[in-house]
Amino acid sequence: MSASTQPHMFPRLSSPTRDRGGPAQPLLIVSNLRKYFPVRGGILNRTVGHIQAVDGMSFSVMKGETLGIVGESGCGKSTLARLLLYLLQPDEGELVFDGEAVHTWQGMSLQELRRNVQIVFQDSDSSLNPRMPAEDSIAYGPRVHGTKPAAAKALARDLLRAVGLDPELFGPRYPHELSGGQKQRVNIARALALEPRLVILDEAVSALDKSIEAQVLNLLMELKQQLDLTYLFISHDLNVVQFISDRVLVMYLGHIVEIGPVEAIYQAPKHPYTRALLASRLSMDPQVRMTEPPLVGDPPNPIAPPSGCRFRTRCPHAQDVCARVTPRLPPPMHGALHTVACHIYDAASGHPEAVAAVSPHRPVEISTPVRQNTVTQREQRRVCRSRSSRCATCASALSRVSPLCML
Amino acid sequence: MIHHGAADSPALQTLDGRVGAPPKAPKALKARSYWQTVGYRLRHDYLTLCFGGVVLLIVLSAIFAPLLAPADPYQTGMIARLKPFGYKGHLLGTDELGRDMLSRLLYGGRVSLTMGMVPVMLATSIGGTLGIVAGYAGRHVNMVIMRTMDVFYAFPSILLAVAISGTLGGGMRNGMLALSLVFIPPLCRVAETATTQVRNLDFVEAARASGAGLRSIVWHHILSNALGPVFIYASSLVSVSVLIASGLSFLGLGVEPPTPDWGLMLNTLRQVIYIAPSLAALPGVLIFITSICFNLLSDGLRAAMDIRM
Repeated sequence: MSASTQPHMFPRLSSPTRDRGGPAQPLLIVSNLRKYFPVRGGILNRTVGHIQAVDGMSFSVMKGETLGIVGESGCGKSTLARLLLYLLQPDEGELVFDGEAVHTWQGMSLQELRRNVQIVFQDSDSSLNPRMPAEDSIAYGPRVHGTKPAAAKALARDLLRAVGLDPELFGPRYPHELSGGQKQRVNIARALALEPRLVILDEAVSALDKSIEAQVLNLLMELKQQLDLTYLFISHDLNVVQFISDRVLVMYLGHIVEIGPVEAIYQAPKHPYTRALLASRLSMDPQVRMTEPPLVGDPPNPIAPPSGCRFRTRCPHAQDVCARVTPRLPPPMHGALHTVACHIYDAASGHPEAVAAVSPHRPVEISTPVRQNTVTQREQRRVCRSRSSRCATCASALSRVSPLCML
Repeated sequence: MIHHGAADSPALQTLDGRVGAPPKAPKALKARSYWQTVGYRLRHDYLTLCFGGVVLLIVLSAIFAPLLAPADPYQTGMIARLKPFGYKGHLLGTDELGRDMLSRLLYGGRVSLTMGMVPVMLATSIGGTLGIVAGYAGRHVNMVIMRTMDVFYAFPSILLAVAISGTLGGGMRNGMLALSLVFIPPLCRVAETATTQVRNLDFVEAARASGAGLRSIVWHHILSNALGPVFIYASSLVSVSVLIASGLSFLGLGVEPPTPDWGLMLNTLRQVIYIAPSLAALPGVLIFITSICFNLLSDGLRAAMDIRM
């Protein structure tokens, strides 16, 4: 890809003094974020209920990392993205950006927040004004903040070069003259125009073809390195999140169910929802078939979510305590620790399977019905094509192929 | 996708072993801007150019009526009344008071076209502003404005124009005011729909995420996308306006005699329709041609201004 061979043209961030808190300070701390959307009905349009889109989410994003956020459709990922930029007013909750509280009297104003955090949306088509050429769309942000038109246009051209588009050729083009991948590159350039430190990618590659998706992902990783960015990568595609993330946060119906380093989440998932989600991925080997899906049905209605743990209606380990008490993520919430919001991993919860857990951070060997869906071990040996003593896929001896290898 | 110059590329070897210079990449075409595309499309849309030409002809003849009219439109002559085409220098004959039809039609065009275009321009500015405000401001403001417009929508447009004009007392100024009031609700509705559609798109959110204020968003993003449909709709309203203005004059609520006006001429010549039918039809023909040409011109404009085709 030519973008990796050309010298980077984009000017680096102006000063190191933008980093106020130091490397240990999380870039973004989210505390108790809550957003309910009112549902109106009846003759007088009264509020009859609330869609509980985001309910008490607390997490943090460390500097220079990529935090992947995964979850099903309707779990509140996009609402979260908009809340972090204050495009929606949260009902409750605080944001602390690099040590400064956001939207408070003494802290950071929204204007400053928007210079530090930017977003790339999923739909590359509706993200661009159809009446503005690409370079004008990119230059709009700097111009709003006072940059002179000529300087903004030069910056836009530099950014187009940085994302791999020739500014002579693509600058004056309108969005309908660009392909999907090119439009998404323009969106990335537009997000970078204000020199943000955190970029939220709200399903930014979901609508692209696989080959274009790979190019855009590589571009994102290069830009992250060149410009010292931090990413919040929201996606429903588990493989992409595994590829690009350092830490992963799993969301379910507005709650965080699990958060931890990407290897820990993908190799030793703890929460039953995460396990089921990862087991739902299809294997590339056509001989390996899944007869039953690990996760059936749709998520419950966000207007009237189940009491207690929201996953209990689809969880094979649901008990009475799960309906009474809502499991919460144990503190601390930032750092590389692998934490999970589930009663099974809380020794004091009263869950019958919880007594086996000694420490909340050590994965417990609980029997998951998920394993029954995969091919038995004898069949695995027959199925695995490589006749060598070690299976190439999971680097373990053939006789002990773990079911996760089949994912 | 980076455009390398020919000097950077390695020399290619052709099949028979000769080493030649690589073919030069074609020079990048300068992309056309939006208005250049619109102009290009209009120049090559011959049908729209025809109708546009006719409209231009009518408008110019109305503007230059004093220079083009062969006779004084107010000069009566009781001897030569209702004469046919070509009688003693009167190219289109004379009306029931002996006045030259051609001159009266030319001067009448001034009145009719003014009453056609001015109310639409006034209604576009007021209705368009109200619609954009209603579309962008959201729930309560939107509700107040649009429900008020719905009240006016309940009345058929001609009846409303007649009622307002009659209450105010008739005359050209009151007629134009009445027509403006009649056209504000539909323009407001078109503007509000367009603004609401644009407002929900991601690029407006992205503009807000860039820290843009209300004025900047409305000026750069909302207006350019919402005003297109409004102007196209307004240009089709000109033909309706000419018709209703003629109707008002026909009913006696527009200009007063002896001012020449196509609708008024239709009214007075109606009584002689069996005696001189071609004469009586003339003002009607001109109203018809003007309306149709404005309508088809607005259709052509809509096709030319569509960004996606």
